[in-house]
Amino acid sequence: MSAWTFFLEHRAEILEATANHLTLVLIAMAFAIAIGVPLGMFIVHRPTVRNVALGLASIFQTIPSLALFGFLIPIPFIGGIGRRTAIVALVLYALLPILRNTYVGLTGIDPAVLEAAEAMGMTQSQILWRVRLPLARAVILAGIRTATIITIGVATIAAAIGAGGLGTFIFRGVAMVNDAVILAGAIPAALLAIAADLLLGLLERRLKIS
Amino acid sequence: MHVHSGKHRLSIKMNAKTAPEKADPTIQFQNVTYGFNRSVHHKVVSDIRFSVAAGQTLVLLGRSGSGKTTLLKLINRLLVPTTGQVIVRGRPTTEWDPIRLRRSIGYVIQEAGLFPHFTVTQNIALVPTLENWDASRISSRVNELLTLVGLDPVEFASRKPHELSGGQRQRVGVARALAADPPVLLMDEPFGALDPVTRTELQREFSALARRLGKTIVFVTHDLREALLLASRIILLESGRIVADATPQEFPLIDHPEVRAFTASLSPLAGAHA
Repeated sequence: MSAWTFFLEHRAEILEATANHLTLVLIAMAFAIAIGVPLGMFIVHRPTVRNVALGLASIFQTIPSLALFGFLIPIPFIGGIGRRTAIVALVLYALLPILRNTYVGLTGIDPAVLEAAEAMGMTQSQILWRVRLPLARAVILAGIRTATIITIGVATIAAAIGAGGLGTFIFRGVAMVNDAVILAGAIPAALLAIAADLLLGLLERRLKIS
Repeated sequence: MHVHSGKHRLSIKMNAKTAPEKADPTIQFQNVTYGFNRSVHHKVVSDIRFSVAAGQTLVLLGRSGSGKTTLLKLINRLLVPTTGQVIVRGRPTTEWDPIRLRRSIGYVIQEAGLFPHFTVTQNIALVPTLENWDASRISSRVNELLTLVGLDPVEFASRKPHELSGGQRQRVGVARALAADPPVLLMDEPFGALDPVTRTELQREFSALARRLGKTIVFVTHDLREALLLASRIILLESGRIVADATPQEFPLIDHPEVRAFTASLSPLAGAHA
């Protein structure tokens, strides 16, 4: 059976898995942004917290994804089999690029601009919200873009702990030694990643000009 | 050498607590040292004593690393003296709320330090906005200031800094510093990054503007020509110490090696100044 006929016959199933996959990614990204960006803002003036936060986020990223999913299963509340565990793991993965880019964006601002802001009598929080954050937008978005692409890829592995998504096809295909089935998961996942990259890249460029 | 006794300092403090008298200097450095025992040696200034009267333009002259910018930052409390006191409008900087102090002092730096994401209007309106002026007052003030610094409000008000030339950016920087009509203006080599022709233009215009506005100005430069043009008084710094303090007329006649070094830098081009 060729890949094409498999695609046609199972298109409803593939579409549903793609939707599941996308939901998983969107939920994880929402959490990762909601944690990563404020944390990045928080660590600008706090070197100790900064080292701990960036260090932990880096450590999460070094754990092989399949192992991380496995580690989480026995943990109460956040663990177990299914979507919730997968989302926790994906958030941990997505955190580093978002956190690091937020921090780098907020601190990589022309010192003359920051000096002027301080000398004009802006408070630290006014400088953060009105100067640093608007000037860091493009860099923060670049971090979100990287994290999104990573998450789309890693989310395929979430199927191993019963979270559904496009990984279901990939694992099934590997077990059946059937390329068509693997491709039914891999191709939509790749297309999702490319689409996310293009869209966020477009947004990033727009933020940079203004 | 004048030595400040404790008694003397006390009397100044008491003055500050009552209403500051008109005759009081606007800015006063009392035995100021900064960075003593710090590792960043080029930032060290020591034994600094001088005062700036209201309406005076004081030029701090010196080579790179002589401590000029450090002195400027001690005035608006970007830095706090290690020992001694800087008194601004009757009160030591350490007793001022830094935010209130800074909003009453205009600040212009090299390359202007304009906010790249703000329009010219938003940049100029910064302090008025922070001080919650109403919109109509802000917009009329911005128009007034743009005209004052020689930029057409219709043409420039809504531009972003990257759409301006270096000279125009610096004009906006001056307008921004003047926005809330602060009595004191600090300028750190504001014209240093400009091409010579634009620089001379801006120096001339600013010199006229300064005389008209009657602000107390502290101006940092390493360019003696600029100092002679703008100053009502010149203080020369060398390695964090004051080595000369004179009017522009007296300055070139002072017999000190560092003064001679500066006048020598001038003479091959225009010996007429001395």
